Amino acid sequence: MNELKKIQYNCRKATFLIEKRMIGKITFREAIELRIHLAGCSVCRLFEKQSVLINKMVQQLFAPINTTEVRLDDNYKKELHNRIEEAINKN
Amino acid sequence: MLLTNQHVNPHKWVEKYADYLYLYAITRIRDEEQARDLVQETFLAALERVDKFEGKSTERTWLTAILKNKIIDVYRKKSSGLINNDISEAGNEQEVFFEDDGHWTREHQPVAFGIENYDPLYHKEFNRVLQNCMQKLPALWMAVFTMKHMDDEATDTICAELKVSSANFWVIIHRAKLNLRACLQKNWI
Repeated sequence: MNELKKIQYNCRKATFLIEKRMIGKITFREAIELRIHLAGCSVCRLFEKQSVLINKMVQQLFAPINTTEVRLDDNYKKELHNRIEEAINKN
Repeated sequence: MLLTNQHVNPHKWVEKYADYLYLYAITRIRDEEQARDLVQETFLAALERVDKFEGKSTERTWLTAILKNKIIDVYRKKSSGLINNDISEAGNEQEVFFEDDGHWTREHQPVAFGIENYDPLYHKEFNRVLQNCMQKLPALWMAVFTMKHMDDEATDTICAELKVSSANFWVIIHRAKLNLRACLQKNWI
């Protein structure tokens, strides 16, 4: 089997290249191979779409809009404040 | 000493930044107690070098940078010594996704989530599943994945900080995504 055939039928390698291309660089040859693979493989096209979506969601997951629920409890903050005041006074 | 630096006001730190820093930590560490400790350590470490802060960035940015370094230390400790294990162990697990010839296995091939085509940013339930799935990743993968996708760190920086080779970096990025996607498929659909 020649190299081109290999990638054409290799979803493992195609998904690797999809990930690498998204955040880094792949070679010209790899880009062509991937293009050929994706042209014929709807499952990997779906994978790529979902992968982009996942990245986007991870980035947005903790955007300020989602943050009001997560807070330190007030007692801990009081203690923390006191500890800082102590440390300031030591100096 | 503190009063001589007009750029900072540590008396207001807890009030102004504690919740923000805590959120920053908890989203990256997923351990409430450890995240709280890190916030405290950050304030105390900042106090010690307060005279070096020149006000070129905001107080918050400066404090966040200190916290970030502490988080990377945690990543490093959690994943040190595991690097080889991590890769080989999960390597086997991944084999279920593909046949020997590299094809997706029928059981594990991607199927549509059903939310690909609308803006899911406010989809709380999906976010919750996503967070749970991220927590299931091995420590080193979680560290690599978070630094890359949440903080957009340079690949070289991540490799250097976590002592991962460039080749292993790409293997981890690939496998983390395969696992995460599979976990989402399993728990969402």
